[in-house]
Amino acid sequence: MNPAVTLPLLIPLLAGTLSLMAWRLPRLQRWLAVAGTGGLLLAGSWLLHRVWQDGILVVQVGAWPAPFGISLVADLLGTLMVVITGLIGVAVALFSLATTGRGHQAFGYFPLLHLLLAGVVGAFLTGDLFNLYVWFEVMLVASFALLILGGEKAQMEGAIKYVTLNLLSSVIFLVAVGLLYGMLGTLNMADVARRLALLQGDGMIEVLAMMFMVAFGIKAAAFPLFFWLPASYHTPPVAVSALFAGLLTKVGVYALFRMFTLIFPHSPGYTHQILLWGAGLTMLSGVLGAAAQFEFRRILSFHIVSQIGYMLLGLALFTPLAVLGGLFYIVHHIIVKTNLFLISGIVHRLRGSYRLECLGGLYRQRPWLSVLFLVPALSLAGMPPLSGFFAKFIVIRAGLEAGAYGVTAIALLVGLLTLFSMVKIWAEVFWKASPQAGDTPPAVERGELWLMMAPVVGLALCTLFIGLYAGPLYGLAEASAEQLLDPERYIRAVLGPEGRGTP
Amino acid sequence: MEPVLAVTIGILFAAAIYMMLRRSIVKLVIGLMLLSNAANLLVFVTAGLTRDAPPLVPPGMSMPAGVVADPLPQALVLTAIVISFGVLSFAVVLVHRAWEVVRTDDLDQLKETDT
Repeated sequence: MNPAVTLPLLIPLLAGTLSLMAWRLPRLQRWLAVAGTGGLLLAGSWLLHRVWQDGILVVQVGAWPAPFGISLVADLLGTLMVVITGLIGVAVALFSLATTGRGHQAFGYFPLLHLLLAGVVGAFLTGDLFNLYVWFEVMLVASFALLILGGEKAQMEGAIKYVTLNLLSSVIFLVAVGLLYGMLGTLNMADVARRLALLQGDGMIEVLAMMFMVAFGIKAAAFPLFFWLPASYHTPPVAVSALFAGLLTKVGVYALFRMFTLIFPHSPGYTHQILLWGAGLTMLSGVLGAAAQFEFRRILSFHIVSQIGYMLLGLALFTPLAVLGGLFYIVHHIIVKTNLFLISGIVHRLRGSYRLECLGGLYRQRPWLSVLFLVPALSLAGMPPLSGFFAKFIVIRAGLEAGAYGVTAIALLVGLLTLFSMVKIWAEVFWKASPQAGDTPPAVERGELWLMMAPVVGLALCTLFIGLYAGPLYGLAEASAEQLLDPERYIRAVLGPEGRGTP
Repeated sequence: MEPVLAVTIGILFAAAIYMMLRRSIVKLVIGLMLLSNAANLLVFVTAGLTRDAPPLVPPGMSMPAGVVADPLPQALVLTAIVISFGVLSFAVVLVHRAWEVVRTDDLDQLKETDT
């Protein structure tokens, strides 16, 4: 057992269990929330350090040799995602300390938070397809419960759509896993990849590839399958929204990256072409949907969809630079999008509304908050000194190099329309005069406000850091793209040099 | 035995999708139940059915003799059944709560959060 690989899984599970046991001690739960997510961030960073030095780390659970037992595999992509999960976990936990009411806490907000993080981390670290399904379900069940916390009417309506479509996607995933097992007799990802490479020309492979694409496409909110997202993400408490917006769809994107680099990289003319069109249409439909919205969180929800398109574009072009760009984009997007949702939460706390027409005048009142909004907003649109600029630049450059001019043009246009949306929020929420002059907003205590501001400032600093000093993240993304495009390395790391364990 | 089960799975999937396309929320949940049962049954059948050959290692030997049933799909399907049971019980409670709050059983009425 390599503790570096298992710790990021065990810490949130343990923190979740402990906070369940501390059901009647809300203060202890709050401490555990910070300690657990902070521990996850530290353990993730340690793992990243180890993986960077020693290459792909593998743990065979229960010491069963590779294709028979469950393998936990920490490669650079998975580990990078674990670190980001820890970062977002800490930010959301701090923010929740200020915003989570007694009612939500009494129904187990913090235990669910830890279990959700455990599911997400498990999905990033597992090397087994059925185990991936199980982690997805852990994550989904926790997210269902978090989504309806509070039980308002809009939440119920959103939850029915969210639950139905996510269950449908899980069933498609399960069916694909079953068929794959019937075909190959193995579910270990490395073993599956090795056997599929020997078995080319079977039409069933493409059918399975498409089933996985649909299943993860629903979870990632890609083009024709994204309708559940803007219908539900703006309904729960804002800390939950921020967590979902940052992490959940990206687990689907991660699964697509894993599937279509490791297991189905053999017919890019077919599968990746479909992904390419899906990516273009995802960008376009998301941004056009956002342009028609006049509610803070709904605009941001539609922008999640459009940004997913850029990541999928990186995967679909399938050149080293494009995959690098896709990975860079995922990291940048998770930080920025969570930050924007947290800011919408602060605005709601200050003014009591998310609707743009009820807001205004915040620049005069809280100039620093306005600046803090501009950092992630302009980064999302891709303004030069910020992280989004490099992310978009790499993806678009890869698109031009690959000769995919149509999709690249869409990507550029969508960047412009994103800027339009962000400027719309800026003008309506911060710049224009407050609609009701005599309106007194609910009082906010100073300590509470600081607690809400701390994660926002931290994430904004991360955005600035990535923007001004993109070298380290670029190097990391480059190395993990290299690993992804050379599946042999992954297979050898899991199965051993000569692929032992052939039955 | 496999062809019979294959047809059964097909019918289950068809019925599930038909139910999910109805307007009633209760029928939607029934559709989800049928859907997950169909998927579970499919996972169970995929590796082929071998009768009267449990994968047991006889005493004194290190591996079972002759052709035995593949135990893995059964383990998988057991896990999948437990998961779908949990998730579907959540869905049932959700529908009940939603009816208490929204007071409708018509999916077309749930358009407040739509855009």
